[in-house]
Amino acid sequence: MSELTTVPKAIGGPSNYLDERLGAGNFLKRNLRKVFPDHWSFLLGEIALYSFVILLLTGTFLTLWFKPSMMEIEYAGSYAPLRGVMMSEAYASSLEISFDVRGGLLMRQMHHWAALLFVAGMTVHALRVFFTGAYRKPRELNWIIGVLLLTLALAEGLTGYSLPDDLLSGAGLRITEGVAISLPLVGTYITFFLFGGEYPGEDVIARFYSLHILLIPGIILALVSAHMVLMWMQKHTQMPGKGRNNHNVVGAPFYPAFMAKAGAYFLFTFAVIAGLATFAQINPIWLFGPYTPADISAGSQPDWYMGFLEGALRIMPSWEINMFGTANAGTLPLSVIIPALVPMGIIMTGLALYPFLEQWVTGDKREHHVADRPRNNPHRTSIGISAITFYGLLWLLGANDEIAANFHVSLNWTTYVGRVLIFVGPALAYLITYRMCLGLQRYDAGVISHGVESGVIKRLPHGEFIEVHTPPADDIEAHVRGKRPVLMLPVDDDSSGIPPKGMRGPLGKLRGLMSKAYGGEKIPLDDGHGDGDGHAAIGEGSDDHTLTR
Amino acid sequence: MTDNEHEIEQPDERVPKRVIGTPAPGTSLLGEAEPADEDVEVPGVTLQDEQKARKAERIVALCFFVTFLAAVAFIISYVFFQVGSPESTGVSNLALGGTLTLALLGLAVGIVVWVRQIMPKYSLVQERHPMVSPADDREYVADTFVRGANESGFVKRKLLRRTLLLAAAPLGLVPLVLLRDLDNSKMPGARFNKTLRHTVWGEKTKDGKPLKLVVEGTGQPIRAADFNSPGGILSVVPEGYEHDLNALAKATLILIKFRPEEIKSGVNQNWTHDGIVAYSKICTHVGCPAALYEQTTHHILCPCHQSTFDAADGAKVIFGPAARPLPQLPIAVDSEGYLVAQGDFKVPPGPSYWERGDAEAEARAKGGQA
Amino acid sequence: MTRITAWRRHPLARYAVLIFALALVGMAYTAFAQASQPADAALASGRVDDVAEGKALFEAHCGSCHGLNAQGTGTGPTLIGVGAAAVDFQVSTGRMPAADPGAQAPRKPQPQWVNEDAIRKLGAYVQSLGQGPTVPSAEQVDPKLGDAGKGGELFRANCIQCHNWAGAGGALTQGKYAPNLNESSPTQIYEAMITGPQAMPVFNDSTITPEEKRSMIAYITQVREQKDPGGFGLGRIGPVTEGLVAWIAGLTALVLSAIWITAKKRQKS
Repeated sequence: MSELTTVPKAIGGPSNYLDERLGAGNFLKRNLRKVFPDHWSFLLGEIALYSFVILLLTGTFLTLWFKPSMMEIEYAGSYAPLRGVMMSEAYASSLEISFDVRGGLLMRQMHHWAALLFVAGMTVHALRVFFTGAYRKPRELNWIIGVLLLTLALAEGLTGYSLPDDLLSGAGLRITEGVAISLPLVGTYITFFLFGGEYPGEDVIARFYSLHILLIPGIILALVSAHMVLMWMQKHTQMPGKGRNNHNVVGAPFYPAFMAKAGAYFLFTFAVIAGLATFAQINPIWLFGPYTPADISAGSQPDWYMGFLEGALRIMPSWEINMFGTANAGTLPLSVIIPALVPMGIIMTGLALYPFLEQWVTGDKREHHVADRPRNNPHRTSIGISAITFYGLLWLLGANDEIAANFHVSLNWTTYVGRVLIFVGPALAYLITYRMCLGLQRYDAGVISHGVESGVIKRLPHGEFIEVHTPPADDIEAHVRGKRPVLMLPVDDDSSGIPPKGMRGPLGKLRGLMSKAYGGEKIPLDDGHGDGDGHAAIGEGSDDHTLTR
Repeated sequence: MTDNEHEIEQPDERVPKRVIGTPAPGTSLLGEAEPADEDVEVPGVTLQDEQKARKAERIVALCFFVTFLAAVAFIISYVFFQVGSPESTGVSNLALGGTLTLALLGLAVGIVVWVRQIMPKYSLVQERHPMVSPADDREYVADTFVRGANESGFVKRKLLRRTLLLAAAPLGLVPLVLLRDLDNSKMPGARFNKTLRHTVWGEKTKDGKPLKLVVEGTGQPIRAADFNSPGGILSVVPEGYEHDLNALAKATLILIKFRPEEIKSGVNQNWTHDGIVAYSKICTHVGCPAALYEQTTHHILCPCHQSTFDAADGAKVIFGPAARPLPQLPIAVDSEGYLVAQGDFKVPPGPSYWERGDAEAEARAKGGQA
Repeated sequence: MTRITAWRRHPLARYAVLIFALALVGMAYTAFAQASQPADAALASGRVDDVAEGKALFEAHCGSCHGLNAQGTGTGPTLIGVGAAAVDFQVSTGRMPAADPGAQAPRKPQPQWVNEDAIRKLGAYVQSLGQGPTVPSAEQVDPKLGDAGKGGELFRANCIQCHNWAGAGGALTQGKYAPNLNESSPTQIYEAMITGPQAMPVFNDSTITPEEKRSMIAYITQVREQKDPGGFGLGRIGPVTEGLVAWIAGLTALVLSAIWITAKKRQKS
């Protein structure tokens, strides 16, 4: 087929019509060839975006049959082992979707898998942004939107998980109630208002339903749109590399290449979710039975994204205090309040504040459009890994009964060990990560000053064997040289020993200390041997530098 | 701020850095386009080798054809496979899901091959501009804001400003007030505590008799003489409330039969009958039914967060996050030998809450054991 | 070269042999496993000579822990009054004789001297020491005669807190655990309920009737034989394995596809 020379009528006509009314041509002129940098990790956020789209599609399908009612009825559907059992309409209609609607089970399973991948996608995307410093100015606001989205996703997951009203989701609901009622002062009010009276009442499913299908997804949709618009306006960050700097963006044009790639990735996400829903059974509610507050099953667990809260609740010692004597109000169930609020608070608040804390410590108010390699900001990377360890341990301990049952260890010991590890683990992770980052920086310095190992062994005239190093390829060198030192506040005292302004009070002193530790160049790229000890490693007495060229 | 603002100010800087590979600014994208000059080498755009592209085209076409077949197969599977039993639903799920997955994968793989092997390789460079607006714009906006504020009279006219604020304050409360009836019982907050403390075990039957303990799932009352195997447990609910979930959320019991010598001092013996002890099944941590009973150790374990209670010693906490023992229900036998409740729990069952207070200490002070 | 030699040297021959050998081992195992399945036959309380032979077996295999007269010692409890059902459960599941004292005696293959006959004799002897629950009849545990719906309710009220909604088992305190129910025969399930082996509590026949127990067995067997309609069951232990699959299979597949989409062929310089 020959190539196009003009815009075909079928497109030109409608486009003309729209342009005359919307003036879209100007926008398209600037944006059709908008350049998007290419890196696999830049697609991670799209997992969450596309999962959300799939959640909307499959969720809409499910609403066509689901009945958000807690009215008790006798089951008379297709699933034989439950026939004749009293259950809520919500549970009965979830069974109907599973066994009496063609494709219903597939859609239910896709919805649930998509939900798991939605939060997982957001998590890995947030980690990518964190470790590459892509939250720095001017992207702090988009980062905050992201943190809000993550929080909303947890709420969306919690409300959705409760809807089928099976025994497992009911256990989650009961724990939610137990946590809500434990809050000081307002606890009973919150539960009575949420459940329409005493737990479980007859309203909570309908209320969660409207939150789950209308309010929360509405806010998520708005925030996702804002997230996209900001990303579009600010242009994506790029990895350091050849020809890339803070004032440009290098990559492929939106039309046609990036558009096609994004479309393909949507289809991949869709296919993976459909594949999981085909081959891996998720949330088999028919096995759980209908909810009653009188029953519970072994291995009652939340979905993975709530696992860290579950773990925190499990390792907590039994602390409870009565603030104002025995007969009065003032009961503080610390064994519920602390695990329910503190880990979540640390993680979400920590995420939200990190860009601002980092700015406060480094004094870096510049715009950043080139991503950091994680090793090049060792303290940030260590803090991140430390937080992952903290979260990961809690998550793991949320499954300690399954671990105990399947690996034949004592349940009690998993708790004892967990109580220690939750403090020791993150600290160890910090130290190890920090050392690894410096080691990698040293390696980078080595690549720049000596080149890369060529695998060729040479014998020098005096008998010594050495390995010949060759200079790194252009693009690798450019990638490594993209390193920029972390800014540091002017912390040193002036000649008369007076600390600079803003570092004088106790807080100021702390800020100065932190800035000194956090900022600065730990391993300069061009000092030859990377912190001085590289020399010995390469060969006593030989001037290997000359051998590289 | 979109790039738009920049454009208005400095029309020459905005797009005009003509991105390599984009049409010249003069070109109309929507109307007639100038002839494509694909033979001209543009920096940043590397065309693919035509030979390879032709081979790739065949692969892409194959992928798309797979999608076509799979989608047709999906429709056929929908019509052909019925659902109902786990077996037939399983077949339907496999057929529908398998074809859908294959269809999506075919399309995805096809497009990736298309992008990677038919479309040119791009390394285009586009300039970035600082996000901040030019100083002139900012000054103009500031001036306009001040002028508008003054023109509106909002600054000068105090009465207007204050009454507007006055008007807004209660209006903002309206949605909050509207939520008050979320609690259908509409009881004042002061009564929450009393409500939470009360369970149906404190009620009587219509003819004024105490409630019988009945087996959960069968609704059968329990003759004390029948529940005679030491090491036995039963999940027990109140007579007449077998399907009342609100009642069950507080009143479900775990009934345990001990050998008399196994019972320790923590148990209130007056509330037991012949080695039969009844505890609330609702965990005092966050309310899961704590129901895993080990007859050898007399431990009750809650499967949610692993609080462990010693049933032989008043269900006191020996492990895990729960802070209080499971409340013991006073039980007795009626004239026919059935187990009945002597009355309500003396302390509130279930999770702790602010208004609860140390009900156990209170109960001890009154003389009884908790 | 003969044809057989040619076949033998065919590149696929080694795979064929491997598959054949595997199939042979598999068949042998299945036959063996079936052979060692304890029959559901009713073991009525025995005759006098059963008791005598049972006593001999008891002294040889059980007496060292439970005492020569089953009075119990420091290492094993008394068996007076536990009944034939307890003996049948413990010995047919291989839990007794115990291999070593641990938190809990696990299900394991039976030792060689154990067979239906030996179990019946042992049971008769123990039953003769003091009346206890007897082994249920085949009809008492026939899943076909039970009402699975009713049984499911009782199963959820009394069993799943330890054994999980699909009988997959779960953890108890200090290294003890509730075993997976899906290897247990209907008779063994019934016996476990009436005798309360190890940490398990007792559900006697006067509070949960034999008919109700049969309904529970009906539910358990029906659910365990049921195909998982949504794909692989992932052990039927719920969100833990689901979360693992989402991360390990789902996210890995998506990361790999992202790498493929964005991969650049290194330009050779």
